Amino acid sequence: MKVRVFVSLKNGVLDPQGRAIHHAIEGLGIHGIKDVRAGKMIELEVDESVSDAQLEEMASKLLANMVIENYRIERVQA
Amino acid sequence: MSFRSAVITFPGSNCDRDMADALEKVSGTAPHRVWHGDADLPSGLDFIALPGGFSYGDYLRSGAMAARSPVMQSVVAAANRGVPVLGVCNGFQVLTESGLLPGALLRNACITFVCREVGLRVENSQSLFTAGYAQGQEIVIPVAHHDGNYFADDATLDRLEGDGRVAFRYTEEVNGSARQIAGVLNASGNVLGMMPHPERMIEPEQGGTDGRALFESAVKGLVGA
Repeated sequence: MKVRVFVSLKNGVLDPQGRAIHHAIEGLGIHGIKDVRAGKMIELEVDESVSDAQLEEMASKLLANMVIENYRIERVQA
Repeated sequence: MSFRSAVITFPGSNCDRDMADALEKVSGTAPHRVWHGDADLPSGLDFIALPGGFSYGDYLRSGAMAARSPVMQSVVAAANRGVPVLGVCNGFQVLTESGLLPGALLRNACITFVCREVGLRVENSQSLFTAGYAQGQEIVIPVAHHDGNYFADDATLDRLEGDGRVAFRYTEEVNGSARQIAGVLNASGNVLGMMPHPERMIEPEQGGTDGRALFESAVKGLVGA
């Protein structure tokens, strides 16, 4: 089974990368984009035996830094 | 009495030799060199240094992988027993990622890598690491980092300031750090993390000696003058 973990910066945490992307989008001549926040997506191939609690532990202890980031876990059915 | 120190090297550390050199020049004793995969530290250490660099290629987040390496479990245990730990640059990032220091180091607000000498003010001259400086003394130390933008929530920042745990503050805008914080202490005062590189300012040949007092303070505080 595929699991996707989406990690994003918390609200209020400055995102210079998102800001740079925003500038670059405007450079393409596309206007009307109000804000850009960049995050990361980590895709894992896991056994059915891996529990939700284990996924939560992995995400909160390693994949995201809970001081600055939030995460969302998505199990993708094959 | 000799000064027993250790410098930890992670894959991608690149300031470990500078750190070892600074510790040897100031203390007169070469530090133990410890590899990230070592589970145990040498016994009876007076001081542990986490050097700068790009441990594990900064994968996931700067310092995130190193913070979970075998040797860091021993460093955390030693720090919790009161052994002094200095983390510089990537070492500071490892300290926040391992939970020994609060907050996190974000991408520089200016987005670019910043590599230059910056002004710092000594905000707490009472700690083991800063006793050799005068309160409020202004010094010049180089920085070289991409992720040095110190972040913590307001309550944490207020607590750090109130408890005298801000060791150094930039005297100029460098990277967007909250309240221009350049270095912070843990609650017990035995762990210091800082983005600037004091080990690069030990001898006049390096362009200045403003970093020397940090190592002298620690050596003097731990094994006497």
